[in-house]
Amino acid sequence: MNTTNTIAPPRPGTLGTDASRPDGVAKVQGGFAFSSDMWAENMLWGATLRSPHPYARIVSIDTTAAWKIAGVEAIITADDVPGLATYGLIMQDQPVFARVGDTVRYTGEPVAAVAADHPETCKRALAAIRVEYEVLPPVLDPETCIDGTAPVIHPDGNVLRHQRIVSGDPTVTGDVVVEGLYEVGMQDQAFLGLEAALALPDPGGTGVELYIATQWLHEDRKQIAACLGLPEDKVRLVLGGVGGAFGAREDISLQVHTCLLALRTSRPVRIAYGREESFYGHVHRHPAKIWMRHHADRSGRLVKVESRMVFDGGAYCSTSPAVLINAITHTQGPYKCDNAVVEGWALRTNNPPCGAMRGFGVVQACFAHESQMDKLAAACGVDPVRIRLLNAMQTGDRLITGQIVDSVAPVAECIRETAAIPLPPDMEADPNVLDLPGGSGRTADRHHIKRGVGWGVSIKNLMYSEGFDDYSTARCRIDDGVVTLKFATAEVGQGFVMLAQQIARTVLGVDEVLLDTIDTQVGSAGSSSASRQTWMSGGAVDAACRAARDELFKMVAADNGLDPSRLAIDGTDIVEVGGSFRRPVVQAARGKRVDETREYHHQPTEDLDENGQGNCHVAFAFVAHRAVVDVDIELGLVKVVQVATAQDVGRVLNPKSCVGQVEGGIAQGLGLAVMEEIVVQDGRVRNPSFTDYLLPTFLDAPQVDVVFVEEFEPKSPLGAKGVGEPPCISVTPAIANAIRQATGRDLPRVPVRPSDICL
Amino acid sequence: MTVLAPRTVDELERILADSPDHTILSGGTDLMVEVNLHGRRPTAIVSLRSVEELHAWTFDHERVTIGAAVPYATMEVGELAGLVPALAQAARTVGSPQIRAAGTLGGNLGTCSPAGDGLPVLSALEATVHIRGNGDRRDVPFADFMVGVKRNALRAGEFVHSVSIPRVDGWQGYAKVGTRNAMVIANASTCLVRDRSAGRVRVALGAVGPTILRCPEAESWLAANSDLRGNTPPSADVRAEFSRLVSQASRPIDDHRSTAEYRRHAVGVLARRLLERSYQ
Ligand SMILES: Cc1cc2nc3c(=O)[nH]c(=O)nc-3n(C[C@H](O)[C@H](O)[C@H](O)COP(=O)(O)OP(=O)(O)OC[C@H]3O[C@@H](n4cnc5c(N)ncnc54)[C@H](O)[C@@H]3O)c2cc1C
Repeated sequence: MNTTNTIAPPRPGTLGTDASRPDGVAKVQGGFAFSSDMWAENMLWGATLRSPHPYARIVSIDTTAAWKIAGVEAIITADDVPGLATYGLIMQDQPVFARVGDTVRYTGEPVAAVAADHPETCKRALAAIRVEYEVLPPVLDPETCIDGTAPVIHPDGNVLRHQRIVSGDPTVTGDVVVEGLYEVGMQDQAFLGLEAALALPDPGGTGVELYIATQWLHEDRKQIAACLGLPEDKVRLVLGGVGGAFGAREDISLQVHTCLLALRTSRPVRIAYGREESFYGHVHRHPAKIWMRHHADRSGRLVKVESRMVFDGGAYCSTSPAVLINAITHTQGPYKCDNAVVEGWALRTNNPPCGAMRGFGVVQACFAHESQMDKLAAACGVDPVRIRLLNAMQTGDRLITGQIVDSVAPVAECIRETAAIPLPPDMEADPNVLDLPGGSGRTADRHHIKRGVGWGVSIKNLMYSEGFDDYSTARCRIDDGVVTLKFATAEVGQGFVMLAQQIARTVLGVDEVLLDTIDTQVGSAGSSSASRQTWMSGGAVDAACRAARDELFKMVAADNGLDPSRLAIDGTDIVEVGGSFRRPVVQAARGKRVDETREYHHQPTEDLDENGQGNCHVAFAFVAHRAVVDVDIELGLVKVVQVATAQDVGRVLNPKSCVGQVEGGIAQGLGLAVMEEIVVQDGRVRNPSFTDYLLPTFLDAPQVDVVFVEEFEPKSPLGAKGVGEPPCISVTPAIANAIRQATGRDLPRVPVRPSDICL
Repeated sequence: MTVLAPRTVDELERILADSPDHTILSGGTDLMVEVNLHGRRPTAIVSLRSVEELHAWTFDHERVTIGAAVPYATMEVGELAGLVPALAQAARTVGSPQIRAAGTLGGNLGTCSPAGDGLPVLSALEATVHIRGNGDRRDVPFADFMVGVKRNALRAGEFVHSVSIPRVDGWQGYAKVGTRNAMVIANASTCLVRDRSAGRVRVALGAVGPTILRCPEAESWLAANSDLRGNTPPSADVRAEFSRLVSQASRPIDDHRSTAEYRRHAVGVLARRLLERSYQ
């Protein structure tokens, strides 16, 4: 960050500073109320009965024995859903409960729910419900959905989406050709704050209020109201304390069940998942198989990219079609390439449903294209950095979809800045055993270790795509000098509550900014996903604050005989630009009332045509990662020593917060590279616990050295790009490439398992 | 549910004699997982928290005796770590600091998981498990204590009082493979003890069989083919053959954590590396 001496440093708490989070102290001290902490007088507990089979017809459900258990207040099944029987973000294909006569399509699919006076009573009631299943052979291999050999397992068919991209000259070939078949395992978002909701019924069952940890209150409300058969204004949602999301809270999980039980019993009902149930309760990152072939000239310049991508969507649609489109439209990576033939499939199987997770399809594509770039570099005899610089995309380049990249695209700068970060020192002669691969297991000595360095660079779209108007709304009130912001933006841990205050302090020149409850009593903010809230809700808050400021200027001008267009904010004062007037904002606003609501819409986008052509994305962000790994070749154990990264962020609005996103994203990408995988066998999750679904610990987390590339993004209302997703995308292939360099192995699959390295 | 908190070993013994169905609670790091995740519903709990005698450890020239309720945190560092280094290393690999502050050897023995990190150390060091109960005392060699996957030789009304570990003139070490650098259940683990005065090694393997496995064939072959008393390491060929024999002694399975093939390979590598370390 360059600052010159002539510009005063920004006021503490405004944009560009390490403003502290309003929820920070409470979270660190344990006082923050997460949604799992919620409680209401006279409350009942809810619980969900789930299918033990990946595919089976429900012959009968008998609740007689369960009803006899004292304390059971409600047992509901598909017959008790008054409205739409199904829900879904894109296609409403997922039943609230699987119905008798119909099938369950994945292990863990809800069949019934109970409400009772105690969680133990709920458990007993669930155990007492008799469900007779006719077990059917499950569809587990997505390829069988393409070749048509699989039975059709849903009335909407087994193909969730099929899309081609044909660009330039599909017949052209390059002098150098490299190809590979890559595989990405199923990753879990593994947020720490488990799913939890509390529903409070209105008297007479005319409506319901739901406290819920979610990513998008208004979309939830739409789907819930439809299933409850209530008008949307009778369903009020309030954001419960959210302990992380990463995509896993985009879909409906316990929302409808909780509301149905509350309406049925006329009592508050709370459902809270445990960790195991959470693995069944939300969608995961798509496992994918990706074939890619790259053509280049002898110097390594890309001529054509070909790919076939197969994404296993699991039993229900969720966001699979959008994930697939993200994947195939990012096939080329952050590189210029004129010719492409790409085919993508998202398919329905009896595996666990998959949907949104940080990176949203680009993670899978990036693992493949960055593995390919290293292969290409080797085939052309050039260095992995050089080949990436040679092909680096620039602003104005045309993507394989025909879309022109009109975002700032400092790809080469990201690569150069990353390369300029010093490599870590060589391992000490007598290293601390905890720092070696194997860590506290003391498996290795220094001479067992080989070091490798690997690169990954990525492009990621920001905001929703394909014609979606995912606008955001914000309201700014000034009441007797007190500024209050209201929005429905889900604070999932990313720190939007802090950013909103920073914006208001900057625009309005006040230090105190109150935040109203985050709920549906204001317009939609869109989802806290797709790296979009800083841009979208930041844009809405900025617009609302500017509108409020202009209203205030009008009032102050009228009071003081000034021209409102000559008023400005200077620090915490309102000043007349000629110097004739200066008064603290708080004082000038005393006794005044301003109330402004604004929506922010991004530029419209379009659908893809049958050849995958169209301006489907809003904007793009770029990042480079360089990973240094130590590998115990004989045992296949890995320690990621350092990740160096330079990220295109447009503008840093809060340095500490940006670093937090980068470090967290890198840990998550590292998880996918070497340990995080939901192991699914015969349609069943084998490791639904943190004992066996391994997340990186502090000993696994690398040293992170980060540089922010600040090139103001003119398309963005604050000049900033979203920073949430890029950190976790190219770090995975960077680590894989580093392990390949150390071991000489092909390693076509992540997570890389110890046995992949050493057997 | 009743919770009893006896203060003396006698009191504990009486409670268990009267009500052998009472569940012993030591650090609770296994028991609470059973309760919270696997639906176990104990009706009565006997806590070891206040039984001071079980929280003590002592040593003399012959052996180190560790009370069943001594937590891993105590074994990891300090004097006890110096006396039984392999146990300190095993203790350091257990869970997180929170788990090590609570978890105990008595609990590890009570659970008797093949992946329990304390157990290969007790096996390789040929520890004795001191059992009390029903007015009786029994000393059971570790080899006879663990009888199967999560099965031990304790009878109704009995509890583990302590373990005593013979002091060895030589070298001892523990190593464990997991897919994460800390806080991970062993995919395979190995404890190796090189007893200089006896001229022998003893090798015990964890997580590669239904019980902790010793490797008698590898142990005697190595004793016959190298000088385990001195400071000259065995040749590379000898080390490789030893490694192979250790792998051969394992009886691993495939599961969602790892494969039998990898586990078999890993214990061989670990045994060889520990042997090499014993000469450094
Ligand atoms: C997050 C986590 C990580 C873990 N990581 C590891 C690991 O890396 N390695 C590892 O080995 N283990 C691990 N464990 C398991 C556990 O910590 C150990 O097995 C520990 O030794 C159990 O000791 P405890 O005192 O907590 O036992 P408790 O849970 O109190 O008891 C366990 C069982 O033993 C019985 N018991 C306890 N004391 C006695 C006694 N004196 N006599 C007879 N029976 C008794 C109890 O009744 C119970 O059945 C982990 C557990 C958790 C929760």
